Amino acid sequence: MKVADMKLDGNAIGGLLIELFGTDVTASTGVCASCGAEDYVAKLEVYLHAPGVVGRCSSCGAVMIRIVRSETRTWLDLSGTRTIEITEVD
Amino acid sequence: MAGAALLGRLTWLVAEAVGAVQETPRVRTLVLEADGWAGHQAGQHVDVRLTAEDGYQAERSYSIASAPGEPLAITVEQLEDGEVSPYLVGEVVDGDRFEIRGPIGGYFVWDGSGDAPVLLVAGGSGVVPLMSMIRHRAAIGSSTPTRLLYSSRSYEDVIYRSELEDPADGLEVFHTLTRSQPPGWTGYARRIDAELLGEVAWPAADEPRVFICGSTRFVDAAADGLVAMGYPALSIRTERFGATG
Repeated sequence: MKVADMKLDGNAIGGLLIELFGTDVTASTGVCASCGAEDYVAKLEVYLHAPGVVGRCSSCGAVMIRIVRSETRTWLDLSGTRTIEITEVD
Repeated sequence: MAGAALLGRLTWLVAEAVGAVQETPRVRTLVLEADGWAGHQAGQHVDVRLTAEDGYQAERSYSIASAPGEPLAITVEQLEDGEVSPYLVGEVVDGDRFEIRGPIGGYFVWDGSGDAPVLLVAGGSGVVPLMSMIRHRAAIGSSTPTRLLYSSRSYEDVIYRSELEDPADGLEVFHTLTRSQPPGWTGYARRIDAELLGEVAWPAADEPRVFICGSTRFVDAAADGLVAMGYPALSIRTERFGATG
């Protein structure tokens, strides 16, 4: 299988992100710390096959979010994300 | 308010299979009942969790096929070497139970509002969340002009085939079969390309709302083609599914 075939998007981690943020953020927007592009969280290029979850900017490919979980802990790295604007949904 | 409600909703629920429809040789719809299920919007998905006797757990996401207000149904394609889909497609019988949580997703949803025409583009089992939108459209009596462009490998692989043969008023269905076509086939017979999109999609000036669901390569091809036609990138909502099953 090619790496390109393993690429998903932010929709695929919607449930995991609700666990972390307490609300659905796939329709929220994030700004990439590397290139400044703003896009929906749903448009992140997501790879689930790495050790943990990696989400990359859909514009420049830089890593914006990394999530690694164990049974008792979750490690969330947002250093590649400048901001996330969370929109409340009804 | 919404945050608290969503937090409360995202707990694992026990779902019981109460019905099944074999859609194609490799695709099956399961109707589920789950105490505590709060309903869904068209386009959302659920996470399914299976737990083995030794405690090993496998989790996958599956799109909801039914319209909001209808009994919860997911449609699952069996993938080779999958951990979850072979069980859901090949083994589950009525009365079996497994865990689900959801509904999940606030981006790839259509609530039926607005007058803009809707273009739905599906590759393979990417048709599932779009079918929830089509069923929702019918259930609410929407007259929103809607077109479904649906790419399948062969006639036998077309999910919801008979239901799509009799579309509601204002819904047009365009099939393309990429690998093989039955005798007398009058639909398209190739992968989605710029010319095909140009024939099926509304002009960008009509400002359609677009939902594309399929493999990464399918989604990229369809979205790039529409952007080349002048569709604003922000009018195109996409969902990619992968080869994990």
